[in-house]
Amino acid sequence: MKHFLIIARQAPYGSAAAREALELALACALFDQPVSLLLLDDACFQLLPEHKPAAIQQKNLAAMQQSLPLYDVEKIYICEKSMHQRGLQPELLSLEVVPLDAAGMKKLIREHEVVINV
Amino acid sequence: MKFTLLIQSAPIDSQSSATALRFARALLAKGHEIERIFFYRSGVQSANRLALAPQDETNLPLEWQSFISENQLDAVVCIAAAIRRGIVNAAETARYGVEGDNLIEAAELSGLGQLVAACAASDRVVTFGGGA
Repeated sequence: MKHFLIIARQAPYGSAAAREALELALACALFDQPVSLLLLDDACFQLLPEHKPAAIQQKNLAAMQQSLPLYDVEKIYICEKSMHQRGLQPELLSLEVVPLDAAGMKKLIREHEVVINV
Repeated sequence: MKFTLLIQSAPIDSQSSATALRFARALLAKGHEIERIFFYRSGVQSANRLALAPQDETNLPLEWQSFISENQLDAVVCIAAAIRRGIVNAAETARYGVEGDNLIEAAELSGLGQLVAACAASDRVVTFGGGA
């Protein structure tokens, strides 16, 4: 068993990056590995509520996101600076997140055995 | 040490798949073991045997094919990422009723569980590409 950290950096739509990061986090959980997710940069937008991606012929990521806690994805961390730069606050987001400053992220990455930037 | 390599970008868009191959060769040369090579996201394009390079350029899928088979390595291409990008083997063409498989012979299509298991069994996981 290893502790996995999946780092997402991209906005929810515009590329498959967000979906593929979520799929990887869920796969870790399904295979009984402890896994956390860190949202950096535009990935903060992934947790805005009420996406309407049907307008651009995309599938909503919400169902997959809401399954994260059910599959024991241990914690969702978010870069405090990225969040503030984008005018976001934790209480606006659709899942519970733990905001981290640079030192917090450094510690988080150091504490995980497998770190995958998607 | 036992390594798992994760390749996430297409050869045409990024140097990362070529760097991964050079790194993999260096690992074996130094006596390390490769637990698994896993192709995810657009990295699956590294396993497209129909990607054709001009004669004076490197054909990376063919290079991967020879490296993997010569060293009898385990190479897995994420099935979900691959079929979305048109990388299929004979079983998938039959399943979806399309013609023309293009997966390199040395790799197999399988799920992300194969990546997770390989990471859990390795001393080091090194990722190449990704981001966009």
